[in-house]
Amino acid sequence: MIGAMIPLLKGEWYDLRDLSNLVDEVLTGLDDLGLPAWTEYVAASLLGAVGIFLWTILSVLAFIWIERRVVGLMQNRIGPNRVGPNGLLQPLADAFKLLLKEAITVKGADKWVFWAAPVMIFIPTLAVFAVIPFNEKMILADLNVGVLFLIAIAGINTPVVFLAGWSQNNKYALLGAMRIIAMLISYELVQVLALLGPVLFVSSMRMADIVAWQDHYNTWIFFIQPLGLLAYIIAGAVETNRSPMDIAEAESEIVAGYHTEYSGIKFGFFYQAEYLAGFAVAAAVVALYLGGWTAWGLEKWVPGWIIYIAKLYVVFFVYIWSRGTLPRLRIDQLQAFAWKFLLPIMLLNVVVVGAEVLIWRENELSAGEALPVIGLVNFFFGVAMVVGWARFLGHGKGKQTGAGAILTQDVGAIFYKGEPA
Amino acid sequence: MDDAGVIIAFWILAGLTVGSALGIAGSRNLIHAVVFLITTLMGLAGLYITLSADFIAIVQILVYVGAISVLFLFAIVLTPTANRTNQDGFLALPALALCTLVSALLIFVALDTEWNTPDHAGFTETATSIGALLLDKYVLPFEIASVLLLVAVIGSIVLVRPEPVDESVEAE
Repeated sequence: MIGAMIPLLKGEWYDLRDLSNLVDEVLTGLDDLGLPAWTEYVAASLLGAVGIFLWTILSVLAFIWIERRVVGLMQNRIGPNRVGPNGLLQPLADAFKLLLKEAITVKGADKWVFWAAPVMIFIPTLAVFAVIPFNEKMILADLNVGVLFLIAIAGINTPVVFLAGWSQNNKYALLGAMRIIAMLISYELVQVLALLGPVLFVSSMRMADIVAWQDHYNTWIFFIQPLGLLAYIIAGAVETNRSPMDIAEAESEIVAGYHTEYSGIKFGFFYQAEYLAGFAVAAAVVALYLGGWTAWGLEKWVPGWIIYIAKLYVVFFVYIWSRGTLPRLRIDQLQAFAWKFLLPIMLLNVVVVGAEVLIWRENELSAGEALPVIGLVNFFFGVAMVVGWARFLGHGKGKQTGAGAILTQDVGAIFYKGEPA
Repeated sequence: MDDAGVIIAFWILAGLTVGSALGIAGSRNLIHAVVFLITTLMGLAGLYITLSADFIAIVQILVYVGAISVLFLFAIVLTPTANRTNQDGFLALPALALCTLVSALLIFVALDTEWNTPDHAGFTETATSIGALLLDKYVLPFEIASVLLLVAVIGSIVLVRPEPVDESVEAE
C-alpha cells in the first residue's frame, strides 16, 4: 500500500521527502500571477528564511532542555524537572521569563551600541544557514563560494562581540570580549586550513558539490580527512562558546564575559545566537566531512533532510558532551594550542592533501584505488602528527606517579611533595 | 541593470553604503565610526554581488568586516586619547575643502568617462579563474605578497617578545 503510494507522491507539493517541491509549487503559483521575475527571488528567500528560522527556534528550544538534562546526567544531578512533565516546558518558561524581564541599560553604557549589538549578532548567525545543503535541492543559496561564505559570515561576529563587550562600560565585559576575539581570530585560521582539505579534494567551494562528491564516490570525507575533522570540530567549539573553550564567559572569573550587563531579551539574543552558532558549525561539519544528506542508500528510504538534521544533532551532542566532561582551559593554553599545535599540523596537512590530489589527478588513478590509500595515509599521518608534535612540544611525557592524571600535570597543575597526584 | 530587482538592490545598498560613510565622518565617537565602517563595508560587498563579483564580495566581508574592523577597534581602544573630541580642530575647514575637491574630481571623472557597458552574458563564477591566475600567471607577485606578510608576522612577534631572562644573573 505505502510502496504503491511512494511513486504517486513524487514531485507533489505534499511530498514531505523533498520540501523543495512545496517551494516550487508556491513559486510557479506566483509566476502564474504575472508578477515580475525578481519577486520570485524575494519569495524564495523569504520562504527559505522563514523555514530555517522556525526550525532553528524549535531546535534551540528542544536543545535547551536536552542540554540541561544531559549535562545533569553527566554531572550526577537531575537537571530541570519541575515545569511540565520531566521539565519539558522549562525552555518555554525560560523564554517567557526572558521576554518579560526588564531590559536594563546600565549607567554609563553606550546606549546606541548596547542596543545594536544583540541585533547585529543575530543576523550573521542566521545567515550562515543559507548555504547549508539540507537536501539535494533544499539549499537556500547554492553559492559557488559557499565554504568561504561560511567562514566570512561567521567572522562578522568578531567585531560585534567586541562592540557588545565594550558598550557596557564594564571591565569584565571588556575582558570577556578581548578573550573571545583572541580565540576567534586564532581558531579561524585553523578552521580555514581544515576546510581546505575537502575543498582540495572536491575542487569546488560549492556546498552542494561537496556533498555530491561524497555521494558519487560513496564515501565521507571524514574517512579521508580524519585530522581535518578533528581540527574543525575543535576550532568550531570556539564559536559555540562551550567549555573547554568557554573562557569568554567564564562565570567564576569574569561574571559572564561579554554579556555581563545584558538582561531580558537582549541576553536572550546572545543566548540564542550561541546555540545557532553551534548548530551552524555542526551543519558545516555534516556537509563537509560527514556526507551531508547521504547515508549509503538510507537516503532512498528516509528523507535526506531528516538524515542531515539527525547527523547535525549528533555532532551538536558532541559539543554538549565535551561541555559536560572537559574542564575549562586557560587563555594561554588555548592560544598555545591553536598556534603551536593545530596550526603547524594543519599546514602540513594541506601540503599532504595537495600532494595526494596531485598524484591522483596526474596518474589518472581510479577512485577505487586512490581513495582507500589516501584514507590510510591520512589516518596514519594524522596519528603520527598528533602524537609526534605533542612529544616535540614536550607534552604527554608527564611523570607517572601512581594513579595521577598526566593531563593535569601537563597543563601546569602544581603538586606538592608527598601529596598523591 | 534592466531587472527591477537589481535596481532596487542597488539603491538600497548604495543608500546603506553612502549613508554609513557619512556616519563615519559625522560621528564624534570613534567606536560608532567603526560600526558605521562595518556597515559601509557590508554595503560595498553587496554592491560587488550586484556586479556578479561573488568571490570579491565574500573576501571583502572576510577580510575587511571580519579582520580589519577588529584591528581598527583594537587600535582605538589602545589609544589613550581616542575619546577626545577632535572635530573642532583648526584643520576642520581645510579638511572640508580637500574632501569637497576630491569628491568633485571623482564625480567629474565618473561623468566624463565613456564607460564600456558589458553585454549581459549571464553569471560566470570568478573564484576558479582568480585561483588559476594567482597560481599560474601572477604566481611571482602572489609569492612576494605572501613573503611580505610572513615578514610582517615574524617582525611583530620579534617586537613584542620579552627579553630572554639571563639565568646566570638570576642564580646569584
